[in-house]
Amino acid sequence: MATSLSQLTGQEYKYGFRTDIESDSAPPGLSEDIIRFISEKKGEPDWMLAFRLKAYKHWQGMAFPEWAKVHYAKPDFQKIVYYSAPKQKPALASMDEVDPELIRTFEKLGVPINEQKALAGVAVDVVFDSVSVTTTYKEKLREVGVIFCSMSEAVREHPELIKKYLGSVVPYSDNFYAALNSAVFTDGSFVFIPKGVKCPMELNTYFRINNQESGQFERTLIVAEEGASVSYLEGCTAPKFDTNQLHAAVVELVVLDDADIKYSTVQNWYAGDKDGVGGIFNFVTKRGLCKGKRSKISWTQVETGSAITWKYPGCVLLGDDSIGEFYSVALTNHKQQADTGTKMIHIGRNTKSTIISKGISAGESSNSYRGLVKIGPKAGGARNFSQCDSMLIGQASGAHTFPYIEVQNNTAKVEHEATTSKIGEEQLFYFQQRGIPAEDAVSMIINGFCKEVFRELPMEFAVEATKLLSLKLEGSVG
Amino acid sequence: MLSIKNLSASVGGKAVLKGINLEVKTGEIHAIMGPNGSGKSTLGKVLAGHPAYEVTEGSVSYLGQDLLAMEPDARARLGLFLGFQHPIEVPGVSNAQFLRLAYNKQAEAQGRDELDPLEFDDFIKERIKVVAMKEEYLDRGLNEGFSGGERKRNEILQMAVLDPQLAILDELDSGLDVDALRIVGDAVNTMRRPDRAILLVTHYQRLLDHIPADKVHILSGGRIVASGGPELALRVEKEGYDWLAVGA
Repeated sequence: MATSLSQLTGQEYKYGFRTDIESDSAPPGLSEDIIRFISEKKGEPDWMLAFRLKAYKHWQGMAFPEWAKVHYAKPDFQKIVYYSAPKQKPALASMDEVDPELIRTFEKLGVPINEQKALAGVAVDVVFDSVSVTTTYKEKLREVGVIFCSMSEAVREHPELIKKYLGSVVPYSDNFYAALNSAVFTDGSFVFIPKGVKCPMELNTYFRINNQESGQFERTLIVAEEGASVSYLEGCTAPKFDTNQLHAAVVELVVLDDADIKYSTVQNWYAGDKDGVGGIFNFVTKRGLCKGKRSKISWTQVETGSAITWKYPGCVLLGDDSIGEFYSVALTNHKQQADTGTKMIHIGRNTKSTIISKGISAGESSNSYRGLVKIGPKAGGARNFSQCDSMLIGQASGAHTFPYIEVQNNTAKVEHEATTSKIGEEQLFYFQQRGIPAEDAVSMIINGFCKEVFRELPMEFAVEATKLLSLKLEGSVG
Repeated sequence: MLSIKNLSASVGGKAVLKGINLEVKTGEIHAIMGPNGSGKSTLGKVLAGHPAYEVTEGSVSYLGQDLLAMEPDARARLGLFLGFQHPIEVPGVSNAQFLRLAYNKQAEAQGRDELDPLEFDDFIKERIKVVAMKEEYLDRGLNEGFSGGERKRNEILQMAVLDPQLAILDELDSGLDVDALRIVGDAVNTMRRPDRAILLVTHYQRLLDHIPADKVHILSGGRIVASGGPELALRVEKEGYDWLAVGA
């Protein structure tokens, strides 16, 4: 029962506040009315609204989570605006208006000028170029049957797929922020790879972003059918300066028999200033379901930004012989905090998981690895290998490791190794005495430390990640 | 080449060098000897610019420049090399990688061509023969799992790669067996040239059997208490340090 445009336009909105479809944001606050408003603005079918409302009801009954090793002022959920009108016009007229610090970062990372403009919110003059690039990309995919579009579009154009898979890996009851996200999610990516198709190119979220802001509550769903394969890249290395403080995203991956998904993230969101004021709260629930036999999911992340990073990309290894992998570098500096890790849940037979986590703490930051390896009673022949390495730079940073291992099958093999190292004065002096300046020394040592993880990134990302780490550690030693 | 005038330095507030005066000319090899705690290793570290040490007085001129005003890596790029007494391990960075970066930084500073990984590979495989080390060591982490003797040979390999103007070798012979000492001694001798200079910091005469010194200085209590030719070292070998009648 779709609400027609004519019924809404110009009428006093029956839920208590006046609105104008053309351009407007909802007032701050969260209520059932706001959710209905969001759903109608997006032209969603009833079942989608029902999903949101169920999630919202559930959220209302949940306790605010305080168990992580991160400290932050509790967001006032009634002060957040949950729907902003799509911004068609960028805010800035030219690069001259952009923060010079941001430009310096772009230059150091070698970000192409058009991408710089899009990221900084400047009008992209050569619109034709970027339109044609996006178009050829989309055509190539359409030819092989790959669907890659926004979540909003997917809800309207591919409802049967969304109905089937949305919430199947991360139900709204999973955790506080997942429930919130399920109620108010704004947009995100939807990817569908049909049977037997190996996606011909790496999918990059940059190409999906139109002129609209993706919003704080992103929802992404990737499905790979039998024998399908895809590599998906999220994020970019240039800092995303955003007034939105809270980013609570949900990412769900589903792989059927013999399929695989590689999901790579390089995150450098605004981390706040040297005194820890400001910065984005990056709270994400990411989970992959290895539903099919011999299916595989690989998470690779390089987290360097945000004031607080709180996420545990994980895998549920349901199908026999399925494989889950997690490769992570988490860097914290100044007053950043990170509580990140993974969950590997072994359910099927002969499943395998690999965890390689590298934490680098500098400044006065706090970096925690929290990992769960759970071997269920039927998970015969399960194998897990975990390696958690921490590197401390300077005197005031902290690194913590919280491994949780639960084994209910006696044919499982679980290995866990952990190391802690420092970049000390003596090591640095050794490099300097051989003519290598301190900055290059730190860079070389850090890259040596991270190479097992960087090796898993698609090549262009690996190069950017290397440069990004050096940039983030500037001035942290000495 | 090197002119040290009245150099005093301390570490953690404690004075270790108390007015060192020393002149080293190109082509010379000087031996610095002395009892434990005399400040022998400190001299090398202060010249190289180790951050833990504070210069409290004096000046050092190297190749006509004010050495103490330079950052440690700048001093190194001017051809000053310190062979460490206890070389440190840096896992994750391979020996080859480290050496290539060091070589290229020197080359850049001296206006020479840098070497790419393949060119450097050929270059290093030649050098490695001088210290009788196996090629597989190059791919291992810097000094990772190396014994004391292997680390010392790695120091000399680095010296061979960087070809320094002034090499300060801190207790090169400690931890080396007879064969290793001979290999290392021969290697250093091949690197002697009229425009180079070497400072050998050592306890024992035996190193000087391999690498003959032109001048010998005895350091005690942070001061040079005696200087002479090679016969001075032989006398210390026979009589110890007591005849010098100095306290710490």
